Amino acid sequence: MYRVAESEELADRIFLQWIQAPHVARNARAGQFLIVRIDDHGERVPLTISAVDGDLVRIVFMAVGKTTRQLSTLRRGDSVRDVVGPLGRPSDIRRYGTVAVVGGGAGIASTPIIARAAAEAGNHVIGIIGARNAGLLILEEEMRGICDELHVATDDGSRGRHGFAADVLKDVMARQKIDCAWVIGPAIMMKVTSEATRRAGVRTFVSLNPIMVDGTGMCGSCRVTVGGLTRFACVDGPEFDAHLVNFDLLMQRQRTYPEEERLSLERYQEHTCRCQEGDHRG
Amino acid sequence: MADRTPGARIHDFAEVDSGLTPEEAITEAERCLSCKKPACVQGCPVEIDIPAFLSSVAVGDFLAAARTIRENNLLPAICGRVCPQEVQCEGECILGGKETPVRIGELERFVADYERGQGMAVPEVAGPTWKRVAVVGSGPAGLTAAAELARLGHEVTVYESLHEPGGVLVYGIPEFRLPKEIVRAEIDLLREMGVKILTDQLAGASITVPELLEYDAVFIGTGAGLPYFMGIPGEQLPGVYSANEFLTRVNLMHADRFPEYDTPVRHAARVVVAGGGNVAMDAARVARRLGARVSLVYRRREEDLPARRAEVVRAREEGVEFVLCANPVRVLGDQSVTGVECQRMEMCELDLSGRPEPAPVPGSFFVIDADMFIEAIGQGPNPLLIRKLEGITYGRRGNIEVDDEGRSPLPRVYAAGDVATGAATVILAMGGAKKAARAIDRMLRDTDPEQA
Ligand SMILES: Cc1cc2nc3c(=O)[nH]c(=O)nc-3n(C[C@H](O)[C@H](O)[C@H](O)COP(=O)(O)OP(=O)(O)OC[C@H]3O[C@@H](n4cnc5c(N)ncnc54)[C@H](O)[C@@H]3O)c2cc1C
Ligand SMILES: Cc1cc2nc3c(=O)[nH]c(=O)nc-3n(C[C@H](O)[C@H](O)[C@H](O)COP(=O)(O)OP(=O)(O)OC[C@H]3O[C@@H](n4cnc5c(N)ncnc54)[C@H](O)[C@@H]3O)c2cc1C
Ligand code: FES
Repeated sequence: MYRVAESEELADRIFLQWIQAPHVARNARAGQFLIVRIDDHGERVPLTISAVDGDLVRIVFMAVGKTTRQLSTLRRGDSVRDVVGPLGRPSDIRRYGTVAVVGGGAGIASTPIIARAAAEAGNHVIGIIGARNAGLLILEEEMRGICDELHVATDDGSRGRHGFAADVLKDVMARQKIDCAWVIGPAIMMKVTSEATRRAGVRTFVSLNPIMVDGTGMCGSCRVTVGGLTRFACVDGPEFDAHLVNFDLLMQRQRTYPEEERLSLERYQEHTCRCQEGDHRG
Repeated sequence: MADRTPGARIHDFAEVDSGLTPEEAITEAERCLSCKKPACVQGCPVEIDIPAFLSSVAVGDFLAAARTIRENNLLPAICGRVCPQEVQCEGECILGGKETPVRIGELERFVADYERGQGMAVPEVAGPTWKRVAVVGSGPAGLTAAAELARLGHEVTVYESLHEPGGVLVYGIPEFRLPKEIVRAEIDLLREMGVKILTDQLAGASITVPELLEYDAVFIGTGAGLPYFMGIPGEQLPGVYSANEFLTRVNLMHADRFPEYDTPVRHAARVVVAGGGNVAMDAARVARRLGARVSLVYRRREEDLPARRAEVVRAREEGVEFVLCANPVRVLGDQSVTGVECQRMEMCELDLSGRPEPAPVPGSFFVIDADMFIEAIGQGPNPLLIRKLEGITYGRRGNIEVDDEGRSPLPRVYAAGDVATGAATVILAMGGAKKAARAIDRMLRDTDPEQA
């Protein structure tokens, strides 16, 4: 059992938690992830390690389905059954020169740890974070503290520049030379953004999020096509050269269980509703 | 046979074979001729004194029989169920010439189940040596090494990356062949012997290689869990699984009971499984139990199927259709699997393993409609930990090279099981692990470990 040390709602449906998992915290590096299983009936879900502090690891997640919603209800002092990690290869952090770290939506969760590592390696770090609206923009202050410059964009213009993170990146690339970029967010955002960096000839890493089971290279559920080869995102990644990734196949595989995901969520919501009604009566 | 009827068993995951009664066991054991030079013992990879245990069964002393088996085999309830007896002990039994061989596997299982029913005694543990050994992986190799080392008085810590110990015994082999309760009983026994079993710990990550090397010795039993894919077009479609993924979802994560359990597996009406080994049979039979029509496509002939004979028979009884001398060449479908295109194979000269080398028959393509395709064409050692072990040497398939006693070129690091042999069997993993544990023990007792 691993104790939840802190739990906070950062924005609508986006949650931040610190979990006590010394075996993960001890050796975790930027770009790696962990797997959580809430209880004995739970699914193993992968989440990026967003920060580390002593024995604690931080996760930041969007409550999209059954497991992430259930996780979001956990409070300080609650615990989860399993935490496995650190998984995947660390980010390829070097002294590149000027580095852009671009996060979209819940993908912003992964950016501070990479930005910090890049800064510590002596890079000039430009952060770019984007979300649908100001209410969904997370970790802005933290990123501002780490990056040499930070740009903000929202789809509706409610904060920062009106537009996508990709648009900001294009402007930045037009103004100055970027030596390396990290782009992390929904698959479609990574696809579009890395098209822009490909045209600009900027080396780019993306962090892929296929459906996983074990996270240790044992099942192949997480296989992705990179440079025409089959790679396992959990052990060969999750970060890959963006310009070699087949995003369409990734998105197709992410849609393997639409019916099951809907069913699982409905059942969970019915169950929690009934419990709450019970609370009222009791 | 003590098998439940196919009609009953394809609707649940309860064990297929309900085992022998004490009377049946005695009658069967009485058939043993007690050969002077027992061929069966030579056929047993761990050389159990089979005539001795059979003669105890024949006189009804089942606990004595269990003690005899346990001298060489720490996991008899498991091996009795999963060993390929037809190419081991039973294959050598001289009764096999005239009639049928003594059902040694069934008797081993009977004896072990009987012993468990009586409440298993915790094996005696020698006085502490104050030496610490790390065991990586909790499959049959890791469990055996841990038990043996603990018995010899060493302090053993097992690191397992999954949330449940047992390796293939829990995530791969289905409940209907090997009830998990049996594996759990063995693991509980280990804990009672003082072995510390840490789950959720990925060696090479949660614990690094330098941290592992702080132990007095390290035993690596990480298995051959990395699934191979065929590399054919359409393999990325939703609905294409490795057997490992399919079996893990069902056996370990209980996807058959979704949504009561959160992990899903696709529901298919028509499944094609590629392969002919135990893994393929298990995948096919699990798919049957989930309600699908199942075709198993294998590139060689019936007699070349590497699976345990009994499981081939049972798979067929359960309605798995065998498409032999054929090989999948393409997965069809746009958003999801709709069929598998296969090609006929013809048998050519014998290869090194004595099986004929299959070659595609030009133009002989045919399609099997399917909404799920499961590949069970083999696994290799997972490189995650071993590629970080500097000084290790590798065999052809990425396996760790070790000597007869499991010693790797890296001082104080030993390995056995599938990680050393490539995908093999439970009994070979156990046998190798026991030898390695003994070698570790000798090394630890030596005054200067570096010289051993
Ligand atoms: C390496 C990696 C890092 C990730 N990091 C984060 C993160 O930091 N923050 C965050 O919000 N999300 C992250 N994700 C995505 C997160 O794992 C999924 O949102 C989560 O599993 C959804 O589970 P659910 O039951 O709540 O939703 P479901 O209703 O089950 O699924 C919703 C969507 O999530 C995806 N998904 C479902 N199950 C899995 C699974 N077992 N593994 C991966 N994806 C799945 C599917 O594409 C699906 O369409 C990461 C994924 C990967 C692979
Ligand atoms: C579906 C299936 C059916 C089979 N049927 C039979 C059969 O009927 N009869 C038979 O004799 N054999 C059978 N086999 C083969 C047999 O199961 C294996 O030969 C045997 O399990 C090998 O044992 P092992 O201990 O070497 O490895 P495994 O059982 O594979 O165990 C390895 C363990 O190590 C863990 N691990 C791996 N890497 C790490 C790491 N870095 N850190 C921590 N832990 C790690 C894994 O999670 C796993 O639990 C079957 C195999 C499969 C897959
Ligand atoms: S998640 Fe199973 S191999 Fe990557």
